[in-house]
Amino acid sequence: MEPFFCWGNNNRRSTGGAVLMNPEAVNINPKLVAELQSYGIAAQKDLLPSEIFSWPQLLTAKGIFFMVFGGFLIGFGTRYAGGCTSGHAIMGLSNLQLPSLIATISFMAGGFIMANLILPFILNI
Amino acid sequence: MSYQTIEQETDLAENTDFELRSLDSICINESHLNHPWWYNFKYMFAGILFGIILVKSEVISWFRIQEMFRLQSFHMFGVIGSAVVSGIISVWLIKKFKVKTIYGEAIELPSKTFNKGQIYGGLLFGFGWAITGACPGPLFAQLGTGITVSAVTILSAIAGTWVYGYFREKLPH
Repeated sequence: MEPFFCWGNNNRRSTGGAVLMNPEAVNINPKLVAELQSYGIAAQKDLLPSEIFSWPQLLTAKGIFFMVFGGFLIGFGTRYAGGCTSGHAIMGLSNLQLPSLIATISFMAGGFIMANLILPFILNI
Repeated sequence: MSYQTIEQETDLAENTDFELRSLDSICINESHLNHPWWYNFKYMFAGILFGIILVKSEVISWFRIQEMFRLQSFHMFGVIGSAVVSGIISVWLIKKFKVKTIYGEAIELPSKTFNKGQIYGGLLFGFGWAITGACPGPLFAQLGTGITVSAVTILSAIAGTWVYGYFREKLPH
């Protein structure tokens, strides 16, 4: 799990040698910290919660849902929508394309539904 | 893939699914200049810079994505919003001054056409975004930060694009 782009990682506490990596936990909303704690997920400096995204978790039901099924939806959805956040939300909106606005709204709607209505049940399993 | 698409679009007589293929507007701006392979290094530097920015701005953090979809922070909306604002200005400047690529080619920004895939696919993409905390670019940045298990997510995403291609004709667009 050692980050590639983190020179001086091993002694960053004593020398302040972290050049590119943030050595602290991501500074997220306390409400989210409390909610995630109820699922057994701690706030951490990793970009992904190691309680879910790790090799030992891969063959559990949660691991398959989060990594295999989640990844599949990204690839399938990106091609079906004709673009991703870069292509539609950033480049398409920059070029003032209405189809990109529709796609971006759909991205956000899908995310709101999954994060608020579906994930809480799955994380509670 | 890009060459294949171009060939299929020029050969209309044999192309039976032109309407669907025309949605792949991403291939229209393909450069036809032939350069030595090492000319491609400039894309690598742009990619490295993009990857560093994705990590440093924390937009590839699963925690930030959960926060965004719960409306608990301005962070993600601020990053995406400022990217769109600077993108609008850049595109406007490119069009206004007819900016050329470094090889002197015209920059073409094809208009997109609406199809229902943008809604259905967009919703599915949104589900995947909330589950994994990443979209296609950030998946590779996750791998780059040393989270090796993201390779599985990347392979699943590639499988997803393949399955879409396989069932494309049967899906509503």
